[in-house]
Amino acid sequence: MMRCCGLLLRLYPASFRAEYGEEMRAIWARRRRDASGPLAAAALWIAIAFEVLFNAVAVHWDILRQDLRYTVRTLARSPGFALTAILVLALGVGANTAAFSVTDFVLIRPLPFPEPERLVKLWEKLPGYSKMELSPANYVDWKHTSKSFEGMGAFWENSVNLVGQGDPERIEGAAITADLLPLLRVQPAMGRLFTAAEDREGAPGTLLLSYQLWQAVFGGDASVIGRRVNLDNEPFVVIGVMPRDFHFPSRNAELWMPMRFREHSDDFRDRSNNYLEVVARLKPGVSLGQARAEMGVVAAQLERQFPKENEQTTASVDLLRDELSQQSRLLLMALSGAAVCVLLIACANLANLLLARGLARQRELAVRAAMGAGRERLVRQLVTESLVLALAGGALGVLVAFAAVPLLARLVPASLPIAQAPSVDLRVLIFAGLLSGLTGIGFGVFPALRACSQSDLSALREGTRAGGGRKERLRSVLVVAEVTASVVLLVSAGLLVRALWRIEATDPGFRTGGVLTLRTALPMPKYEQTARRAGFYTRVLSAVQALPGVSSAAYISFLPMVMRGGIWPVAVDGKPVEVQRSGSHTASLRFVTPGFFATFGIRLHRGRDVGESDTIDAPFAAVVSESFVRRYWPNEDPLGRHFKMAFHDRAVVGVVGDIRVRGLERNSEPQVYLPYRQVEGGWLEGYAPKDLVIHSATGPGTLLPAVRQIIHSADSEQPVSDVRTMADIVEEETASRSAQVRVLGAFAAIAFLLAGVGIHGLLSFAVSRRTQEIGVRIALGAQPGEIVRMIVRQGALLAGAGVVPGVVLAYAAGRAMEGLLAGVRPGDALTFASVIGLCVLMTLLGSLLPALRAVRIDPIAAIRSE
Amino acid sequence: MRDSRPRPDAFLPLPPATFHILLAVAEADRHGYAIIQDVAVRTNGELKLSAGTLYRSIQRMLEQGFIVETQERPAPDLDDERRRYYRIAPFGAAVAQAEARRLTQLVRMARDRGFVAGRA
Repeated sequence: MMRCCGLLLRLYPASFRAEYGEEMRAIWARRRRDASGPLAAAALWIAIAFEVLFNAVAVHWDILRQDLRYTVRTLARSPGFALTAILVLALGVGANTAAFSVTDFVLIRPLPFPEPERLVKLWEKLPGYSKMELSPANYVDWKHTSKSFEGMGAFWENSVNLVGQGDPERIEGAAITADLLPLLRVQPAMGRLFTAAEDREGAPGTLLLSYQLWQAVFGGDASVIGRRVNLDNEPFVVIGVMPRDFHFPSRNAELWMPMRFREHSDDFRDRSNNYLEVVARLKPGVSLGQARAEMGVVAAQLERQFPKENEQTTASVDLLRDELSQQSRLLLMALSGAAVCVLLIACANLANLLLARGLARQRELAVRAAMGAGRERLVRQLVTESLVLALAGGALGVLVAFAAVPLLARLVPASLPIAQAPSVDLRVLIFAGLLSGLTGIGFGVFPALRACSQSDLSALREGTRAGGGRKERLRSVLVVAEVTASVVLLVSAGLLVRALWRIEATDPGFRTGGVLTLRTALPMPKYEQTARRAGFYTRVLSAVQALPGVSSAAYISFLPMVMRGGIWPVAVDGKPVEVQRSGSHTASLRFVTPGFFATFGIRLHRGRDVGESDTIDAPFAAVVSESFVRRYWPNEDPLGRHFKMAFHDRAVVGVVGDIRVRGLERNSEPQVYLPYRQVEGGWLEGYAPKDLVIHSATGPGTLLPAVRQIIHSADSEQPVSDVRTMADIVEEETASRSAQVRVLGAFAAIAFLLAGVGIHGLLSFAVSRRTQEIGVRIALGAQPGEIVRMIVRQGALLAGAGVVPGVVLAYAAGRAMEGLLAGVRPGDALTFASVIGLCVLMTLLGSLLPALRAVRIDPIAAIRSE
Repeated sequence: MRDSRPRPDAFLPLPPATFHILLAVAEADRHGYAIIQDVAVRTNGELKLSAGTLYRSIQRMLEQGFIVETQERPAPDLDDERRRYYRIAPFGAAVAQAEARRLTQLVRMARDRGFVAGRA
């Protein structure tokens, strides 16, 4: 019985238990004696249990209230300390909350579909291409042969011209097979999904709208279901509206239409016609490994069946969740790592602040101990204090995160089926709360225990020097750790800045200034015939070239860096005509109008540009890039040589400089440009030139209205989309990188500042502790220079001790993110030298004020105060 | 140093347990169990303070300066060394008086409305 009492008493604070526990036990014992019979005894124990429960909570609450009042009073007495601690924590918690909300959003949170862990993406895998879209023929065979999947669906992203709803508009969307949305297990917000019958060749057009498109173009009108709309001159009927948060395949998709494969077309004849992306749902109980093994067998079978077309074609199966470029992943990891570093530095700083404060409050604590406050009470008081600081810092940190998250939205890759902006939601708030609480307790308890250790509390003597050697060592270790972490962050940020500079300095191979681009994607079959297209181009280009300020204008199939694909196999005369799908015998294919190279500032090295005379009846001509020449005819004259590409034999008529089709950071295939007239009507419609490029001295603001007018008068139903300058497109290449560099740079700056504050704080404290010693030194004739050297030496030792491991760790961090460095070496000397230089500067600045204070010590006053 | 202790009125109304404890220690120095007994006797057994409530109240009253722990102890044959004895502090007496005044006023008002039997 009394054991139970003892346990119940444990619910009280130890100080209360020590004070009243014995007496309470005595009273309970007396009551027990008075209770007659087992029933009365049981009732008594139940009553006691409730009584203790209620009162223990009340006692804890009383103490908490007291401690909080006391905390507010003490913090108000030292606002400098309170403010520093809160700001330090706000930076740490804010940085981490922001980083967490993005990382959680992109890497951790499951995709917004039911049972997302069973959704996979399938790719063809060829030597040199780890992820290649599927051809329809292979897709159908994979789908019908495989047994691992509950369902498999395909889509390709296409955009269409929407006409008849206000201004003609270019809308991003996707053609999808009817089984795709059911396998994702999404339901429309309104209307219905596609039926299998609607996904057959020749079926009338049906259409699903995104919520956003429904709102923007159809004004959220509920009667939109059943409405007819014109897409690329073909009638479609709206059958449904998808939910507001449905984004698939990427967040840009605004409408979906059925795939409607043409069974007897190129679609199924040519297995190298790769344009389908494929998603499947694993059957319950089938693992990713099993699916991979099965698809390996399926692909091998098809390779045996079609040895030429499916040569070396295997299958890759990955979780849909992991459809994220290695670079995006690395980038977010680096961000999170940097945030953790900032938090650790903030914690070290907080611990240091609390330690210093604990030491400075030694006398106050000793007085309270002498007045009867137990150690547990004092520790509790100090922990309450650090918790209050931590929670205040955390609250401020969440505000910092709220402000920072929109800036980080750039880091959310567009390729995932999720919304753009991560939101600061409950999970994130819980994360921030836990982080603050743990920081407060973790980094508050330790200094509190230190401050309240018995040996110190017994030393209530005037003139006791606060802090012993051991404590100072501990504080020094914390400062050294801060310096180390900030060196790592600074070097990482520095390396990434260097990488960014290097990439920005990369020559794209074309002119970026003064080039305006816009897209007029000509709808098929209206513009199926090459001649009809040529008419449109001629009207537009001649009028645009006549505009004031315009020096040249041209059309191309796709802009570099915007469209990175369009890669075709090449067969060269004198070499086996055997088409190699894999390996290096590929080039990017573009149709251009005359004047494209001049407009784009691509140098014509030899031969001539494509011309208006290069018609379908003339010999097929091609302009190739230098790397094409280097690959096939090194040290030979390429003009007049023949190669086979895109169904025809073509003769080289010109050689131009290479451009970075695949972006600034990747190697591009050699380029082949074909005259826009040399394609039969109805062939290669996807390659019909659609991007207009204009080189002009006039700004886009004045140029654009005139160009729109010209296009409108050439075809009033033709929408204009994707209006951008080439400078914007190239800048976009490095946008997520520069966003990341800015974030990491900000983190590094915070870390650097905090480390500087740490050094400053430690030295200030050391100087005030050594006031008498320094006073004696001055009295004995020490020169100001010697005193300054003494203090700065201490700072330099701290910094040096931090820099050495920091440099080693920074090198390791650089190695880990080598994939992001674009060829900058992880041990880049310039970066390391600058960071070390910064550290020297930081040490000097951090030591300056304490050193000046030390020099100004009045020896007489210092010695007299002893 | 300025006396920062608030005025007695600031603690009103007193929790019943606190008022009863003040009454109990006003008469004589008492230990915890004696306080429980005194309250029970004075209220004819209607209010039986539990040990938890008693000591929580005592702790708070000590901090508030209503009572003090006294070092004077009864004769050794009557004493139990585990016991602590409490005495009302002048401030506690002032608070008790203020509470009594408040209660008297309440009763007077109730009487004016005829809620209490006796002289109007």
